[in-house]
This record gives sequence, C-alpha cells and structure tokens, in this order.
Amino acid sequence: MEWLTMERWSPYAVGIGIGVLSWFAFLLSDRPIGCSAAFSRTSGMIERLFGGEKVLEKAYYRKFAPSVDWEWMLVLGIFVGAFLSAKLSGQLRAAWVPATWAAVFGHEPVVRWAVALMGGIVMGFGARWAGGCTSGHGISGTLQLAVSSWIAVICFFVGGVSTAMFIFEGLAN
Amino acid sequence: MALGLSMGIAFGFLLHKGGVTEYDVIIGQLLLRDFTVVKVMLSAMVMGKIGVYLLKGLGMAQLHPKPGSFGSTVIGGLIFGVGFGILGYCPGTMVGAVGHGALDALFGGVVGTIIGAGLFSEIYPKLERGVLRKGDFGELTLPQLLKRNHWWVIWAVGLGVVAFLLWIEKAGL
Repeated sequence: MEWLTMERWSPYAVGIGIGVLSWFAFLLSDRPIGCSAAFSRTSGMIERLFGGEKVLEKAYYRKFAPSVDWEWMLVLGIFVGAFLSAKLSGQLRAAWVPATWAAVFGHEPVVRWAVALMGGIVMGFGARWAGGCTSGHGISGTLQLAVSSWIAVICFFVGGVSTAMFIFEGLAN
Repeated sequence: MALGLSMGIAFGFLLHKGGVTEYDVIIGQLLLRDFTVVKVMLSAMVMGKIGVYLLKGLGMAQLHPKPGSFGSTVIGGLIFGVGFGILGYCPGTMVGAVGHGALDALFGGVVGTIIGAGLFSEIYPKLERGVLRKGDFGELTLPQLLKRNHWWVIWAVGLGVVAFLLWIEKAGL
C-alpha cells in the first residue's frame, strides 16, 4: 500500500481517477461533480440563522435551497479526503502563508489572508454568476461537451492567468 | 448523501495526491510555469467523457449540461478568473487545502467565497432580468453546435488534448 503514503501521484493518474469518479457520479447519483453551489447553500444557511425564515423567499435560495444536499456532502468529503491523503503522506501541517506568496510578498499572515478574503469574495460571486466553478464547468461540464462549460473554463483561465501575472509580475516589480 | 460524501472523500484524496490543493501549484499554473492543474483537468475530462458518453449510450446515465449565455458564462467566468488569480485556489481545491492545513484557504478563501456567493444571491433578481439573459444559448453541446456525432467530437477533442499534452511534456512544463 505504498502508493497511499506517496506525497504525489502523476497528474495523469490523478486526472484519470477523477474522470472515473465522474462516471460513478453520473451512474450512481445521476449528478455531475460540482462545488460552488454548496457555497450558495451555506451563505443561505448563515443568512437564515440571522434573518429567519424570510431568507427562504429570496429568489436565488428558491433555486438553491439553503440546506445540506449531495453536493454539500461532496464538498465536506473533499476536506476529509485531502486531510486523509495529507495525513498518510505526512504532509498535514498548519501553513500560515504559502511559499510562493511569502517569497514575493512576505510572511505576514494578515496581508495574505486579507488578499485571500478579497479573492474569495470575487471568486464566489463570479462562480455563481457563471453558474459553476472549475469542477462543475471545468471538469464535469467540459466532459459533457457543454458549450457553456468550454466557454466558462476559457474565461476562468483568461481571468486567472492575467490576474496572477499582474500580481506577481506587475505589482511585485 | 452518503454517496456524495464518499465521492467527495475520493475527490479530495485525488486532488491532494495531484498536488492541486497547493497554492504554489495553482499559482504556478496561472503564471504558466507549471502545468499540473491543466494536466489533471484535461486527463479527467478525456477519461470522463468517454465513460459518461458510453453510459449514456447504454441508457445508464443522463447528461446534465449547464445552460449558458454570454452575459452569464463570459462575464461570470472572467469575474471568477480574477478571484481565482487573487486567491490562488478554486472552490474545490480550496476546501482540500483547508484539509491539509492551509490557513489562508480557510480564513481568507472559504469565508470570502461564502460572502461572495451571498452577495450574488442578493443582486441575483436584478441580474436575472438583465445581463444573465444576454446572448442566451441554453443547454447547447458541442456535437449540436458542430452538427456532428458526439463520438466524432469526443475523438477530435481527445486527439487535440493528447497532442497538446505531448507538446507540454516536450516543452518540459
């Protein structure tokens, strides 16, 4: 069982594994793998906690009810799966600031976390605007040959590459 | 629900083993220095589509292509990309990153993504009547767009992907 404790597998082996996993998602659950709708459901659950039942009337939460569903459990599973994999390979450790970031912008966690928070807000907003993320559009949608997903994933990378280049090669210099 | 959780665990395990729950790997992709993310995504897509279209042919699975429109897919995709570039994780890999201890993914990313999804639900009614409908093309798929049999498209895309990946490997990326 040495492969379970390896730090890295070939990206192709991992990709093939995810592809096969998507067969099972369609076959057993009749659903494509996706992640970002779970964040809408979570925001709805939090709003409901503070705002009460009237939150359920909001148009978006009538589409994506603020409750735990299959996809929400899948996202929880990602946390568990990555935890297990890291535990087995001895890579489980609290990391305050990622290395690439620290090398250019320093080790101050507050700075990185503030930037990450901003990025998260923009990304969460954009994911729902586009109707999916790198999983739902990027993998599950492209494999169904959906035109929307192919356009979305191209836009994800156009936006992502130009932003990362701007931050690391524009701002940093 | 239990199926969702188990598939999530497998997904998170694979994402971590692929290294794509690391900020450094994702930002390396967006800076075009390290093509691990693209290798994982493209091999998942190729593997996934063969199986899913086979299952569909056997009447054992149904497709669920996401509907799209230029207003939703292109604009949302670009917004997502900007957030993705700032954060350095996408929604799924971010949850995996939390699983192995990346604190910026937790305090910045997860919190931000929930806020972003919440903000979207707030302005959704306004967008839904306007920009999200601009240039609507529905649940169009590539075989429908190109007026070709889906196996023709699967082979064409598959060969294109293999050629691209060979080129990436040859370039040492």
